[in-house]
Amino acid sequence: MDIALNTTHNFLSKIATNDGHGENSPYFDGWKAYDSDPYHHETNPSGVIQMGLAENQLCFDLIQEWIGNHPEASICTPQGGFDFKEIALFQDYHGLPEFRSAIANFMSRVRGSRVQFDPDRIVMSGGATGAHETLAFCLANRGEAFLVPTPYYPGFDRDLKWRTGVELIPVVCESSNNFKVTLGALEEAYDKAKESNIKVKGLLITNPSNPLGTFYDKETLKTLVDFINEKNIHLVCDEIYAGTVTRENEFVSIAEVLEEFPTICDHNLIHIVYSLSKDMGFPGFRVGIIYSFNDTVVNIARKMSSFGLVSTQTQHMVASMLSENDFVDNFIKESRNRLAHRHDMFTRELAQVGIGSLESNAGLFFWMDLRRFLKEPTFESEMTFWRTIISEIKLNVSPGSSFHCNEPGWFRVCFANMDDATVMVALERIKSFVHETRMLEIKTMAKIKTKKQCWQNNLQLKLSSRRLEDIMSPQYSPLNSPMLRAQN
Amino acid sequence: MAIEIVQPSVELSKIALSETHGEDSPYFAGWKAYDENPYHELHNPSGVIQMGLAENQVSFDLLEEYLESNLESANWGQKVSGFRENALFQDYHGLVSFRKAMASFMEEVRGGKAKFNPERIVLTAGATAANELLTFILANPGDALLVPTPYYPGFDRDLRWRTGVQIVPIHCESSNNFQITPEALEAAYDHARSMNIKVKGVLITNPSNPLGATIQRKVLEEILDFVTRKNIHLVSDEIYSGSAFYADEFVSIAEVLESRNYKDSERCHIVYSLSKDLGLPGFRVGTVYSYNDQVVTTARRMSSFTLISSQTQFLLASMLSDKEFTRKYIKINRERLKKRYEMIINGLKKAGIECLKGNAGLFCWMNLSPYLEEPTIESELAIWKTIMHEVRLNISPGSSCHCSEPGWFRVCFANMSEETLEVALSRIHEFITTRKQ
Repeated sequence: MDIALNTTHNFLSKIATNDGHGENSPYFDGWKAYDSDPYHHETNPSGVIQMGLAENQLCFDLIQEWIGNHPEASICTPQGGFDFKEIALFQDYHGLPEFRSAIANFMSRVRGSRVQFDPDRIVMSGGATGAHETLAFCLANRGEAFLVPTPYYPGFDRDLKWRTGVELIPVVCESSNNFKVTLGALEEAYDKAKESNIKVKGLLITNPSNPLGTFYDKETLKTLVDFINEKNIHLVCDEIYAGTVTRENEFVSIAEVLEEFPTICDHNLIHIVYSLSKDMGFPGFRVGIIYSFNDTVVNIARKMSSFGLVSTQTQHMVASMLSENDFVDNFIKESRNRLAHRHDMFTRELAQVGIGSLESNAGLFFWMDLRRFLKEPTFESEMTFWRTIISEIKLNVSPGSSFHCNEPGWFRVCFANMDDATVMVALERIKSFVHETRMLEIKTMAKIKTKKQCWQNNLQLKLSSRRLEDIMSPQYSPLNSPMLRAQN
Repeated sequence: MAIEIVQPSVELSKIALSETHGEDSPYFAGWKAYDENPYHELHNPSGVIQMGLAENQVSFDLLEEYLESNLESANWGQKVSGFRENALFQDYHGLVSFRKAMASFMEEVRGGKAKFNPERIVLTAGATAANELLTFILANPGDALLVPTPYYPGFDRDLRWRTGVQIVPIHCESSNNFQITPEALEAAYDHARSMNIKVKGVLITNPSNPLGATIQRKVLEEILDFVTRKNIHLVSDEIYSGSAFYADEFVSIAEVLESRNYKDSERCHIVYSLSKDLGLPGFRVGTVYSYNDQVVTTARRMSSFTLISSQTQFLLASMLSDKEFTRKYIKINRERLKKRYEMIINGLKKAGIECLKGNAGLFCWMNLSPYLEEPTIESELAIWKTIMHEVRLNISPGSSCHCSEPGWFRVCFANMSEETLEVALSRIHEFITTRKQ
């Protein structure tokens, strides 16, 4: 008997048919807008500039130079071809020993050599995406939860939850104290989980933070470690942006905390996620790393890495490149300088037109404060304004709500994925918009006879001009183009 | 003040603590023996010869030759932008040129008898990831996939470990050369139902690992009819499709679907990889090819956890779309594997050992049941240990492949030089001769 296929409700799994892939988030609508109208300084100068993608494109010249000087790092050159067969056959999930050593070396140097990493604790994964999922599989059962400070990277909703069935419980952070994580917020989140009968298995922090661009100070880290130790839960530290810290010697890795205070907690609770996607700018190469201080987790995660090993071709190249200390040290230094320069340029130019951002010293983005541009302090207003930014200002920035920020009006703006010329165009567009908005405000104010509207410092500005409403209303509707980019 | 950490160790997940990773199987114990005492022609001529690893080393010279004459396309050239674009490319659709190249290569392997649409190709880091990914998509925890025995030991991990899905075996027997019968399919299905387990699909490997034989067209048709009747999925792992010794003896499920005008094809999915045919397991190149749009979309999203390095995609894109090269490679690769197969079969025959008649793969399915003390798994493992420690050959016992009859062993022959194979054969010969006395 012929049964109609796709109408049968259970033909695919629940995982396959639920929303756990996370692509219905507005985080991706902006990308769709960009993909259908991408800025190009010659062929499409009025297109959307991509500022929603946290990529680091500032130092490829250094890498290209290195590659040109090291043909042996490629297995496809006469110099490197000798290794081709051996590399192509090697599928041991321990990874090439030289790869693990090089990664450990790099991780150490990114942290100013203040701490050493053991190559035997290095486990590969399919990017940090794969690392997070693997750790979730290792540390928590279905239905159990991780605490995550907000705002956080939207990809976590997929990476930690989708196929694992693990829950994420937000630890709410507020702008009033610059979104710092407080013990009170941690306890509140933990208790809330308990009340809902959800077992908390760990705390996940991203340090430096995405989207905030800030990093945790030593005292806060110690507080977090005390907290997880007391609750006997895991601490996963995503240090994917460790190399983007613009102020030297101020970033404190969890590894340093353990080294300085070895008895502060059970080391079996501590795990680091790392990747070359941000610090080196190699997202395409899928080099994800799990570094765990727990032997069992290292062992199990290594077995699971079979599902997401790093191509040995890539391991080989990375091993060559990252074991050369002169190159590594210079790269790290240059990259930080260029990121700092970009960051400072942006924040300075925006401050000049009255746009503030959270003070930050890391990451490939900054956390822009656009609260005063919202009609109302609501997420609906945030979304409305965001659609304006895309359709009118032609910039794809990421709305704070997609990062689960508890307060509307914040936007993540990426600045390291474009050349200098594009930076100028983006800044121009923002400045023009602010200028236009001001002009309209002035005109509106002139027309209003009553005192219903006042100009408040606290930035709750209501604008009733029809012209403004035209600008604010969604003329743009998210297009149905298929998602083209992998998540970031 | 020093704090004494005296606490119960923190729990890991059930998945982490389970043994479903499968590494305690004898399949892997043999590898350990090899790792501790590996054979080397010069440095360790009495070491263990690895015959438990299904690798294809017979055709590397062809790959190396290609790379030497195509350096420009293999590397990024002198432009900064070439490297940068490649390093930044993380789109889970994969490099278009690479997807097209994979589709083209899969067509070449099937002699043009089936067409593949690049839009249906989803890239994963190896077939290991592809099989797990498909399982996540097709079945819920507790559901089952039916898998014919004997099967690749890795499936116990790939299909079950993190997915929570079960494998219910379709028992195949030597009496008909381990072919899958409609009765066996029904029996497996009924067995699952009797245990209140929902069956979501059938997973076949064609050509078969460990049998080293292709599945006949008639059987494929029967399997397709079966899954259609039960309204379940069919996954065909065709990872050894390019390793069939005679091109016309391999029939892909794609051909059967094409002949049926793709009726009922939305339940069919093919897994492929370059690990066996091209001998590139380190590069982690796997693919899911599905005739079901929703599966393609979902698989693509899931592939975020296991993308192929863009560096590797770039390298292989030009190689695999070079039809002149791929045609030559596929043809020569088949011939060399066939030659190796004949060498090992004849060598074993001389020692009085029979094998299943095979026509594909990187291994043969050897029958040592006449030499077992008793027709039991214990006896099989006893002789296996002897072969490992005394004869110093690592071969894979049939029980680790869930074979229902004891005494069968998978013996790989493509991961060594001809000389080493000769050494292995002479050791077996000596062992059997001694045993007969």
